[in-house]
Amino acid sequence: MKKTKTSQFFSNNSQLLIPLIAILLLIVFNLIRDPEFFSVGITTNNRGDAVLQGNLVSILNGASELVILSMGMTLVTAASGGQDISVGALAAIAGSVFVKVLKGGPAITGTSVFLAFLACCVVAMIFGCFNGSLVAFFNIQPMIATLILFTCGRSIAYWINGGATPTITSPIISAIGSFIPGIPVPTPILIVIVMGILFALLFRFTSLGLYIQSVGINQGAARLNGINAVGIKLLSFILLGACCAVAGMIGVSRLGLINHETILINIEMDAILAVAIGGNNLGGGKFKMLGSVLGAYAIQALTITLYAMKVPSTDVKAYKAVVIIILVALGSPVVKDTMSRFSKKIKSRSGTVGKEAA
Amino acid sequence: MRKRIALLLALVMVFALAFSSVAHADDLITVGIVNNPPSESGYREANVKDFESVFSKENGYDAKFSYSLKNDEQLSAARTFITDGVDYLLISAAETTGWDAVLKDAQDAGVSVFLFDRMIDCDPELFEAAVVSDMAQEGETAVNWLLAQKLDEYNVIHIQGAMGSDAQLGRTGALDEQFEAGTMKKVVQQTATWDEAEAKKITESVINSGEPFNVIYAENDGMAKGAVAALDEAGITHGVGKDVIVMGFDCNKWALRELLAGNWNYDGQCSPFQAQVISDMIQTLEDGGEIEGLNDAKQIISVEKGFDASEITEEDIDTYGLGE
Amino acid sequence: MQEDTVLTMRGICKSFPGVRALANVDFTLRRGTIHALMGENGAGKSTLIKVLTGVYPMDEGEIRIDGIDGTINIRSPQEAQNYGISTVYQEITLCPNLTVAENMFIGRTQKKSVDWKTMEKRAGELLENLGIPARPKQQLGSCSLAVQQMVAIARAVDTDCKVLILDEPTSSLDDNEVSMLFGLMRELKTRGVGIIFVTHFLEQVYEVSDYITVLRNGELVGEFTVKDLPQVQLVATMIGRDLDSLSSMKKGKASALPTDSSVYEAEGLSSTESRPFDFHIAKGEVNGFTGLLGSGRSESVRAIFGADPVTGGKVKMNGKNVKISKPLDAMKHGIGYLPEDRKRDGIIADLSVRENIILALQVIKGMTHPFSRAKAEAIADEYIRTLAIKTASSDTPIKSLSGGNQQKVILARWLLTHPQYLILDEPTRGIDVGTKTEIQKLVLQLAEEGMSITFISSEIEEMLRTCSRLIVMRDRNIVGELKDEELTQERVMHTIAGGGE
Repeated sequence: MKKTKTSQFFSNNSQLLIPLIAILLLIVFNLIRDPEFFSVGITTNNRGDAVLQGNLVSILNGASELVILSMGMTLVTAASGGQDISVGALAAIAGSVFVKVLKGGPAITGTSVFLAFLACCVVAMIFGCFNGSLVAFFNIQPMIATLILFTCGRSIAYWINGGATPTITSPIISAIGSFIPGIPVPTPILIVIVMGILFALLFRFTSLGLYIQSVGINQGAARLNGINAVGIKLLSFILLGACCAVAGMIGVSRLGLINHETILINIEMDAILAVAIGGNNLGGGKFKMLGSVLGAYAIQALTITLYAMKVPSTDVKAYKAVVIIILVALGSPVVKDTMSRFSKKIKSRSGTVGKEAA
Repeated sequence: MRKRIALLLALVMVFALAFSSVAHADDLITVGIVNNPPSESGYREANVKDFESVFSKENGYDAKFSYSLKNDEQLSAARTFITDGVDYLLISAAETTGWDAVLKDAQDAGVSVFLFDRMIDCDPELFEAAVVSDMAQEGETAVNWLLAQKLDEYNVIHIQGAMGSDAQLGRTGALDEQFEAGTMKKVVQQTATWDEAEAKKITESVINSGEPFNVIYAENDGMAKGAVAALDEAGITHGVGKDVIVMGFDCNKWALRELLAGNWNYDGQCSPFQAQVISDMIQTLEDGGEIEGLNDAKQIISVEKGFDASEITEEDIDTYGLGE
Repeated sequence: MQEDTVLTMRGICKSFPGVRALANVDFTLRRGTIHALMGENGAGKSTLIKVLTGVYPMDEGEIRIDGIDGTINIRSPQEAQNYGISTVYQEITLCPNLTVAENMFIGRTQKKSVDWKTMEKRAGELLENLGIPARPKQQLGSCSLAVQQMVAIARAVDTDCKVLILDEPTSSLDDNEVSMLFGLMRELKTRGVGIIFVTHFLEQVYEVSDYITVLRNGELVGEFTVKDLPQVQLVATMIGRDLDSLSSMKKGKASALPTDSSVYEAEGLSSTESRPFDFHIAKGEVNGFTGLLGSGRSESVRAIFGADPVTGGKVKMNGKNVKISKPLDAMKHGIGYLPEDRKRDGIIADLSVRENIILALQVIKGMTHPFSRAKAEAIADEYIRTLAIKTASSDTPIKSLSGGNQQKVILARWLLTHPQYLILDEPTRGIDVGTKTEIQKLVLQLAEEGMSITFISSEIEEMLRTCSRLIVMRDRNIVGELKDEELTQERVMHTIAGGGE
């Protein structure tokens, strides 16, 4: 039997199947419910710019922070075999630093925004480094290690600015958080694309992917092949820190305010879920970042669908949980095995039928 | 490694000693205050500031503060205050249950207890008085204001806080009555768990569905701001005399400024200022008087306002606004 | 079914996508015999075992077992167990933190409550009966590997066991422990248990077995009694060719004459795991470390490669002082190291053959200079061809390859870096005879081309065949060095045993 290009693609990327199916089901479900659901229109916003609008835009736009965090989470999961549960808290810290720097300066200009972003990046990467050191040097289970920052991160975010919901207003900030004048696509979507390209380039022009997977699968063997396993783990946490900084900046810029208690709250769980739905092994090793990204969009699509269905507030979480249980179960090895055995049976049956016919 | 740990321990101990050795002054009224940490919310920050400024040395108090979000930590702090022999114990409890034993101890030790901001499930005999907000009252004030606008029809986007919290229950109740009575139409009622960004998404989904609406009732300022961001992106006007009425709660300064600018229409207050009321009651007790004005549950309800964009002044913002 | 047979398998067929793993294989096990199942990697031994234990369903064929009329259909390991077929694998699958008795009975009691007293008593009797030197209350983890293995066997036979499968039980045991295990096997034999013995150690087969069944390429070559099949003949049967190639190898080493110029030279080298030692190797030389397990031979070569933190000593490469404190340093100076434990330290199980091959060279090149996919594929295909690695494609995960082929991939990984000095620690352990021979030949060929190689093997025969100099270790110290005419089995044994001087 000769493998065609497409069948080979699917066998290599079979882990993408689950998030793709999830997204597809949500699309079909919504189209049946409301054929207009995904229609994208152009409206004029209150600043007088023409912008895209519709549920599709809302999903892509709203998922931005989650997508970026799940990219970083994928790396940490792959390298360390555990998850960072402090990403929400760290994004709150990063966002607070961003606000602090901007409030400290005389006026908000392009340069000051850039400097503020650099500052929050550096701070978030230092915290990422802290998490990473606990994991890499002291061999603490990632969830336990990041529990520290998870617990105190939002308090740290509070100390940075003092006030509870400091606000910043500037056309530049709203350009980051909503639309750049003249461009109808929400800026967070553009930032996600940039991040995606950056990661793609990183994997294309370095062998980081190979290193991370080697460390995640077999740290001892990776070390004996000259890979600095500690360094790689540390690096994955630092990259996740950078992702937190970008997510924090977007989160702050959307409304020009930071509420350290609620910004990106509970997003760590969604990010971990995105990695899992994307078919990545939460125990580390091989990973596909695209899977996590699709997983993140699936989660966001689910949320928006529930809002559109006007599911009662008290039931939202229960609905979400049911869908997630199904998705995660579909991706589990047990179900995968059964499915592949089942498909083999069908194939062999159709094979014998074919023979008989011949 | 071991050396480093030892060093760390030593440092911790030095700090602990430094903080615990606060001098006693005999002629002052000693007060132990158990509260939630200021980082909890803008409300709490103002609340903490209020208590720290009222219960100061200048005002004749020797106050000790303990801040925690956890009930058990609060309980042990309260016990410590009782053993330290404070005259008064002021509590804003993290949880409503589990306090009976401690309050009993306080009573036995002759410590008078005041509750503020949050009630505790216990025998009212165990405390002198409770100064609390009536969240249901806040909701009613807001809904009455909305009814007074005499709109032709009310199509309301209702964005709720974290489900089950006092503020959510109170602020939702009054509006739910209108929905049931049919005077207002519920376009959507959804929780954003106090998250601004989530509030924006909820509003977006209504806009995307094309359903008409003319009121946004958000249970705090942040969520109102999130909803407004969605309106702005969709080119829908809001504020005084515009398409959509925007209502928020908590009276953050920045939110009141939105009112002043006419971008929003209403903001309901949830007063964090209980310290002066308690201080007055303590003075009454010290002078041998009786506390008056309590309701059946031994509560004093804080006076709370609702601000209308057409009437608000800069002075109001300075007086009642929270934060910066 | 004949009187004395406990198990017959007839016409067993099993295919995997693209591979015919078993084609019409027959197998007969007699009561109270030890029956060795032999074959190269990929011959179908493990598939046959897995069919028998219900891990894989068979495509065709029939299985009969003593005491049951008609054929049986084994659908799960649990069912196999119920039919009286027990298996003890190479890796201990017990819980080291439970006691011996607990390990023997856990998961086997039908009753809800557990009577530990009775259990310990029964365990004690069983251990004594079988002559296993362990106490019921002892923690399993505190026993030696061999005893743990024996406890696993005791657990297996305590159920009503007719067929006991021992899959590579001796590969991590030393000689003493092996003979202990053999004692137990003979004891079980007298009790009427039929034992299927899978191993790579030819000598061991001849020590305990009664029958030998040889598989090759998924087909049955034949069943022999041990008397009828001399060792040389067995090897020939297994690999399906004459042994000329094997014997001709011995001459190879003479051509690899060591010169005075040392490629690598260490003085007082020590690591956290090894005591200080001196060592050198010349260009084109093949030498080896030998000694019993735990003598420090692996620890010494690990120190050379920087695999364990280096604590002292001077190292020169080609006469120049160099500092090697971690694997990457060694790799940059042209040293390669194939580790002793392939699974733990060698393969990156989930990664493809291609990625496993390029790994070391990629690391030497540095993270910022990745191989293009096309280049990596070309390299991988080249090595798959030259080393005759049996794999579906370079994209196949290495974990789905047989042990010998995995080892070849690791070898390819290091050959790709073109090392001046290659350390091979037990490259032939747990792999089939054919590949063993190939690897030994390759070693000599590489040496001829000028590579220096240190070769370690538990099988002294192999080392004598390939090495021109042997460094003998005992109790973590070098106790002797043998070369030229000193290189005889007796002499090596003597030195290891301590009568060297």
